[in-house]
Amino acid sequence: MEKELRLMKGNEAIAEAAIRAGADGYFGYPITPQSEIIEYLMEANPYERTGMVVLQAESEIAAINMVYGGAGCGKKVMTTSSSPGISLKQEGISYIAGAELPCLIVNVVRGGPGLGTIQPAQSDYFQAVKGGGHGDYHLIVLAPSSVQEMADFVGLGFDLAFKYRNPAMILSDGAIGQMMEKVWLGPQQERSKKVPEWATTGKPPSRKRNIITSLELDPNRQEIFNQKLVAKYNEIKEKEVRFEEFQCEDAEYLLVAYGTSARVCQKSVELAREQGIKAGLLRPITLFPYPSKQINKLADKVKLILTVEMSAGQMVEDVMLSVKGKVPVHYYGRMGGMIPTPDEVVENLKTRIIGG
Amino acid sequence: MKEITGIKEILKPENLAYKKSSILTEDIMHYCPGCGHSTTHRILAEIIEEEGLQQDAIGISPVGCSVFLYNYLDIDWQEAAHGRAPALATGIKRLLPDKFVFTYQGDGDLAAIGTAETIHTCNRGENIMIIFINNGIYGMTGGQMAPTTLPGMKSSTSPYGRDVKTMGYPLKITDIVATLPGTYYVTRQSVHTPANVRKAKKTMRKAVQYQKLNKGTCFIEIVSNCPSGWKMTPVQSNKWMEENMFPYYPLGDLKAPEEQPVQQPKSE
Amino acid sequence: MAKIRGSIVINIDRCKGCELCMVSCPTGTIAMEKEVNSKGYNYAYPANPDLCIGCANCAIVCPDGVITVYKTKI
Repeated sequence: MEKELRLMKGNEAIAEAAIRAGADGYFGYPITPQSEIIEYLMEANPYERTGMVVLQAESEIAAINMVYGGAGCGKKVMTTSSSPGISLKQEGISYIAGAELPCLIVNVVRGGPGLGTIQPAQSDYFQAVKGGGHGDYHLIVLAPSSVQEMADFVGLGFDLAFKYRNPAMILSDGAIGQMMEKVWLGPQQERSKKVPEWATTGKPPSRKRNIITSLELDPNRQEIFNQKLVAKYNEIKEKEVRFEEFQCEDAEYLLVAYGTSARVCQKSVELAREQGIKAGLLRPITLFPYPSKQINKLADKVKLILTVEMSAGQMVEDVMLSVKGKVPVHYYGRMGGMIPTPDEVVENLKTRIIGG
Repeated sequence: MKEITGIKEILKPENLAYKKSSILTEDIMHYCPGCGHSTTHRILAEIIEEEGLQQDAIGISPVGCSVFLYNYLDIDWQEAAHGRAPALATGIKRLLPDKFVFTYQGDGDLAAIGTAETIHTCNRGENIMIIFINNGIYGMTGGQMAPTTLPGMKSSTSPYGRDVKTMGYPLKITDIVATLPGTYYVTRQSVHTPANVRKAKKTMRKAVQYQKLNKGTCFIEIVSNCPSGWKMTPVQSNKWMEENMFPYYPLGDLKAPEEQPVQQPKSE
Repeated sequence: MAKIRGSIVINIDRCKGCELCMVSCPTGTIAMEKEVNSKGYNYAYPANPDLCIGCANCAIVCPDGVITVYKTKI
């Protein structure tokens, strides 16, 4: 299967990209606004194409644990869900991180808390970036803002997950999941035949048995393990930061936004400049690791920073931490599934500028 | 190794009649004296050795007294979250269909928190073996009531005896699972006497051979004692088990396929 | 007629004194020692070794696999 150009929904792009990335297995459960992913996979029937297993589990909890089992065998496995389902998966995610297994989790975020709305939101930032599950661990978090990035980040997510033996998450939202854009899909990759040396595949005489576990009764040993994880996350922070800048070279005011909010802010930058306001946008692509250094650098040049989020203000805290008080940091947002308009953002920016 | 022996002249290699499986590691199993977990681990190791499965077996251990199962048998293991072992097994068997995949779970794991995973894995007819140790109590956490605790039975969370009005009835999960068309072989055994150990081992041998047929889930319940949780000596606990547990959980096959010839063990 | 005679070997320090072997022995070979092993358990031992017929009931029921069994025809 060759590289091709298609017009697709974000959710469908994730599904097709997974097949082409040579994924071994998908385990999921329906929930709006991402059910198209499993529906597309069931219809595409990749078991015929590549041998990829697609299974509808009995719950999101079962699905993440099926992922855990497959990941323990060294396979490329993934699950997708939306906010309430991602909450259910937190125990499993913590176990996967604690057992140092690779996998890909996609959260197509909807309004919350609780059962919430089915419209898009960005209110799972804390859950994705600051923990979610119990214990000292982090997810590698990628934030797409286009259907193209939905497709691209599947392969990237798997690569990072296997490179660091850590779960990776694509933190999307209901707008990107549902919207249709043109997308370049890569050629079909073969499912890997490589077996990681730590994987449980049946113990041959040539090696000791492999045990996939996160249990340790000796706190001394557990601390050493925790330190190992900290070192891993420090390495990820050094090497894997990704972001995009839009008109930041001469910017006097900086917008920071990701995902759908970044799409909106891109327009806001243009509108602001038409009104003589030299705005720029920094779009984090990795939310963990966060582009703190770059934001800190930009804080030397600008007079204030405005984060725009579809939440009550979650990422703004990381911007404040990055800036270390150099310049004022403000937040503007909509909640409950509402999306800010480019004009609203510009108006808010203007009030911040006047407000000083 | 300190040993005490019988008649020394008989102790010749050609006279060896029984020794424990080499699949068991050197670790001393942490279980209480007389615990059914230990015995079940021992026969599971024997089956893996006799059927030549060391290179193919992938086991999934639970949360409960047997969480450290992976320290006792020399095969590849995955440690599951509480109740989720059948989901892990599903992922593994779907992705590595030629391997011998099995879960080993207690009553809280399989019939409380893991009920959905148990029923749906069996409902899908995943081609795995599930070993279910039912001792009617939560051992590892200090002796609390389990879904399979008998009416009137005392535990740390039913100190006056299980009151079915407020705490519900014991859950006969094996009976429920046997009604699902996805299960191929469902049986209930025990390991407290040599005869029962032999029968239980035979059901495991069947489950190994049935897994190759890809006809559905093999589910083996082992009704076991818990001397510490029941606050009895091992010998007393086995007697109590015969008198109280077996009437509620009778031994035997709940669902068996047309008698398939069971091949004799591969290795000797 | 040849008689079947058995001899068991018990690993003293791995025995937990559960007594299941003693109860399952059909000939009364096994008893529990008054002494304790390094873990504090009264361990099993072949008190009447001449009675052993090598049936391996003890080894088969032993939870910890502490018993090795030999048997021969005499």
